[in-house]
Amino acid sequence: MLYKTIDKEDLKNLIDVHLHDVECIGPRQVGTNAKGRPLYQFLPVSSFDDMDLDYDTTEYSAKTYFLPYKEVLSTFHFDDSGWTQDITYRKHPRIIVGLHRCDINGLVKLDKVFAKEFHPNPYYLSRRGNTLIIGIGCHKHCEGGFCSSIGSDSVTHGFDLFLTDIGDRYFVKVGSDRGFNALNKINVRDISDEDRNQYLSNRNNFESSFKKTVKVENLPNLLDIEFESEVWKKWGDKCMSCGSCAMVCPTCYCYGVTENLSMDFKKSEKTKQLYSCNLYDFAQVAGGHNFRPARETRLKYRYYHQHRGFVETFGQPMCVGCNRCSRVCLAGINPTEVIRDIQMEHGR
Amino acid sequence: MKYLGIETQKPKIAIFDFTSCEGCQLQLVNKEETLADFLAAVEVVNFREASSARSDDYDIAFIEGAVSRNDEVKRLTAIREKAKVLVALGTCACFGGVNKLKNEFEMKDINRDVYGKNPKETLWVRSVGEVVKVDLEIPGCPVSKNEVEAIVRHVILGAPFTFPVYPVCVECKQRFTSCLMEKGQLCLGPITRGGCNAPCSVGGTGCWGCRGPATDPNYDSFFAVTADRGFSKEDVAERMGFYGTFQEVQNR
Repeated sequence: MLYKTIDKEDLKNLIDVHLHDVECIGPRQVGTNAKGRPLYQFLPVSSFDDMDLDYDTTEYSAKTYFLPYKEVLSTFHFDDSGWTQDITYRKHPRIIVGLHRCDINGLVKLDKVFAKEFHPNPYYLSRRGNTLIIGIGCHKHCEGGFCSSIGSDSVTHGFDLFLTDIGDRYFVKVGSDRGFNALNKINVRDISDEDRNQYLSNRNNFESSFKKTVKVENLPNLLDIEFESEVWKKWGDKCMSCGSCAMVCPTCYCYGVTENLSMDFKKSEKTKQLYSCNLYDFAQVAGGHNFRPARETRLKYRYYHQHRGFVETFGQPMCVGCNRCSRVCLAGINPTEVIRDIQMEHGR
Repeated sequence: MKYLGIETQKPKIAIFDFTSCEGCQLQLVNKEETLADFLAAVEVVNFREASSARSDDYDIAFIEGAVSRNDEVKRLTAIREKAKVLVALGTCACFGGVNKLKNEFEMKDINRDVYGKNPKETLWVRSVGEVVKVDLEIPGCPVSKNEVEAIVRHVILGAPFTFPVYPVCVECKQRFTSCLMEKGQLCLGPITRGGCNAPCSVGGTGCWGCRGPATDPNYDSFFAVTADRGFSKEDVAERMGFYGTFQEVQNR
C-alpha cells in the first residue's frame, strides 16, 4: 500500500476544482432529533463546504448509491410484431467522500455477493466501478457502534483513497490507480517520519478508545444451538416488522421484483425494490404459504443471515457494527443486547 | 386495445358517491399524463363528477364514501344487485373514514349541531362493507391514482392484485426521511399499510393511518413505543380513531 500526505486545503481543491464535473456525495447535516443530536445523511453536495467530515454517523448508509431502494432492471416495449427489451446501467461517474471504515467494509462485503468473479451483478458492478471512494477515519464513537467488536474497525481495501486526520493535513492511504491519479492533481507529499508517527499515535488512541462491547467469535455455533431459545420471542415481541433496520443497514441486500405495465399497455418495467426479512410476507411463497408468519422467526432469521449464514459462506459476518439498525429501531432492538442475550442463554 | 397481440377486454365502470368529500373520484381524473390512456382502457358509463353518461349497465361499480342515510342504503343495495364487481373506493368507503367520528356522539346532539331547527333523518355511519358485500377495497384519503391504475390493469388482464402488506415505514425510509417519531412527532406509520409512498411523513406530518392497518401490525409494541416517548393514551387513541381505520384494536 502506498501512503502520502496532503494539506487539508488541497482536499477541498481536489473536490471543488479538479473533480468539479463529477457528482459528489458527502455527509450533510439534515436536521436534529428530539434530543438535539445532529442527523446526517450521505447526499449530493455542490461544494466541499456543504459536507461535514467531522460527522459521527449517518442515518442511512451509502448503500443506496450501489443498491438503490428502487431500480428498473429492464424495460419492455410491446407492438403488434412482438416485444423488445432494453437494459441500461448507470454509468455516470460519482465520488463519495467521507465513508467511514464500517461503511467501506460494508461495500467490501457487498462486493463478495455482487462483484464475485462468476456471474457478477452488472447493475452493481456498473455503479461500483464508476464510483470513486474517498474514505475517512472516524475518531470518535458513534452511539452504540460496535465495529471494533466485529472486526470492521480497520480497512485495507475497497476504497480509492482513505484519509486520516493528522492535524493540518491528511495521512492518505492510496487504494487504487485512479486514487493515485486523482491525488496527483493536487500537491501531494511523501510521508515523513513525523507523519507516520502521528498516524500511528492517532490509530493507537482510536483503538484504545473503542472498547469491545460484544463477543462474536463463536456466534455462528451459538446461534445454531440456540435456534429454539426464548430470547427470540423476547425480542420478536418488540419487533414492529417495519423493515427500517434493513433499510438503513449498509449490507442488507434482499429484494423483490415486480412487473409494472404502463397504462397504455405498450410498455412494462421490471423493477427491483429492496425488501426486508422482517416484513410479514418475506417468506410467503406461491400458493400463499408463509414459512415465517411469526415476528420472532423473521427477526431470528435476520440475525442468522447476518451472523451465521454469511459467516459460513464468506468467513466473516455480514454485520459491520455501525449500529444504525439499533438507532433507527423505535422498539429499541439492539444487536449487541440480542447477541449478549443469546450468549447468556448459553451461560457464557 | 391489444396487449401482446391479444385484444383486451374493456370493462364498463361506474362511479357512485355516497357520504364523502368526493375527493377520491376527483383523484380518478387526476394524473393527466396517463388520463387519456386510463379512459381508453375502460368504458365509463356513469361518473357524475366527470361525465354526462348515465347508464345502469356496468361491470364494475366503484363506491366512494360511507353510508349515513336510509336512501343511501337503498341506492347501494340496488347497485350491488347490478354490479358484477363492487369496489369500495377510498377510506370512507372501506372504513367509514372521518364520517365515523359522528358515531362517538349522541344522535340528537349531532343532528341539532349540524341541521339546527331542521333535523334530518340520519343513521350511524357504516362502511360500504357493513351494508353490502364488497369485492375489493382500495383504501386511502384520497386513493392513490397510481394504485387505482394498477388495479384496473390487473382487472383487464385478469391477474391477481396484491396490496403491500408492510407498514408505511418501508416507503418512508426508502425516501430518506428522518423518522418523525425520532423528532418527537406522533406517527402511525409503523402500524399503517404502505403503498401510498409515505407522502405525509415525507412532507413532515406524522401518519394518520388512512390506509388502515398493515398486515399483522404489532399494536402492543406500538403502544409501548408511543407511551415510552411520552404520548398519552388519549392522543394515540384520538389519532387512531380519526379515520375509523383501527377499530379492530380500539374495540378489543
